Amino acid sequence: MSEQHSAIRLQSALGRVRGYGSARGGTHHWWVQRVTSMALLPLTLWFILSVAGHTGATHAEIVLWIGRPLNAVLLLSFIAISFQHAASGMQVVLEDYVRGEMKRVMAILVVKALCWILGLLAALSVLRIAI
Amino acid sequence: MATFTLPKNSTIGTGKTYKAEPGATNVKSFKIYRFDPDTGENPRYDTYELDLDKCGPMVLDALIKIKNETDTTLTFRRSCREGICGSCAMNIDGMNTLACLKPIEDVKKADVRITPLPHMPVVKDLVPDLSQIYAQLRSVEPWLKSDTAPPPDGERLQSKEERAKLDGLWECILCFCCSTACPSYWWNGDRYLGPAVLLQAYRWIADSRDEATGERLDNLEDPFRLYRCHTIMNCTATCPKGLNPAEAIGSIKSMMVERQS
Repeated sequence: MSEQHSAIRLQSALGRVRGYGSARGGTHHWWVQRVTSMALLPLTLWFILSVAGHTGATHAEIVLWIGRPLNAVLLLSFIAISFQHAASGMQVVLEDYVRGEMKRVMAILVVKALCWILGLLAALSVLRIAI
Repeated sequence: MATFTLPKNSTIGTGKTYKAEPGATNVKSFKIYRFDPDTGENPRYDTYELDLDKCGPMVLDALIKIKNETDTTLTFRRSCREGICGSCAMNIDGMNTLACLKPIEDVKKADVRITPLPHMPVVKDLVPDLSQIYAQLRSVEPWLKSDTAPPPDGERLQSKEERAKLDGLWECILCFCCSTACPSYWWNGDRYLGPAVLLQAYRWIADSRDEATGERLDNLEDPFRLYRCHTIMNCTATCPKGLNPAEAIGSIKSMMVERQS
């Protein structure tokens, strides 16, 4: 939707409201946000307790812990779901507050790219230790 | 970005003070937002002191008394004075409500501060421009849509259980206290339909006599029209009729998921 407040607009209010019609979407995004947040509840708890349990551990002990298959799988899940949840959450914030189609789309793409790169980086780090 | 501060021509200055008549003992002051687009001046707060012993109990009584006796230029909407028409919706003491249902004695502060419904264009004083929100209401087609002809000998039937689903929905008087209390509606009111209109949409989605449920859901399934609701709950907190628009929106979202799974 254009944001040209300066232009004279004689279009009727109903015409403006109907706009381009419904996008027929958004449900998947909303549902994925709910599912990822539910998945993150136990995963985050497990992650925090595990890290806290390793207070004072040596580098070698931590590497050994990450290398165990169950820990590695849970860590990878935690990383993937966290970054997906962060990206979709940030998308909602940007849609809420950023004016202008171009700026909004660009900001969302940058956030998604950042989450993708950071997520892959974190996952690769775990995989290098685990495999 | 969304605008969080008032633009320069909207900052509110201090206006006139109208003192209570001498000898008044039970005085309360009303700080009322005034704006006249014809003057080109910024809005201002005018202060009116009233003797509550000579005034009705509700904020609307005070507004009518001011208009009748002190300042005829004060402009506001009102009609039924009993919470049915929804005309006198405004922000009183920081909360959107109906002036006719708001007792003056509920405001504990020294001043009763009254402003128009937030984040709407102001026509004059306490009168907001509601044409956009009326168009949004019309866009959800809030009327019965049915391909089945009604029975020739009577009305369309509904069981008691089916009818009960409309309770908490049909009572909405379209005062728009909820929509104008919603931050999502403030930031994206051009595309987000807002709690009042979504509650109205759900009122027809939930109606067993209506046959356009799928079409209605199609029309709402949109990241902006529906999914700007983040369950902030201001709508439910402010509704002067005690309704729960947030729950209605939640029900629409559930149906959206249900029809995909």
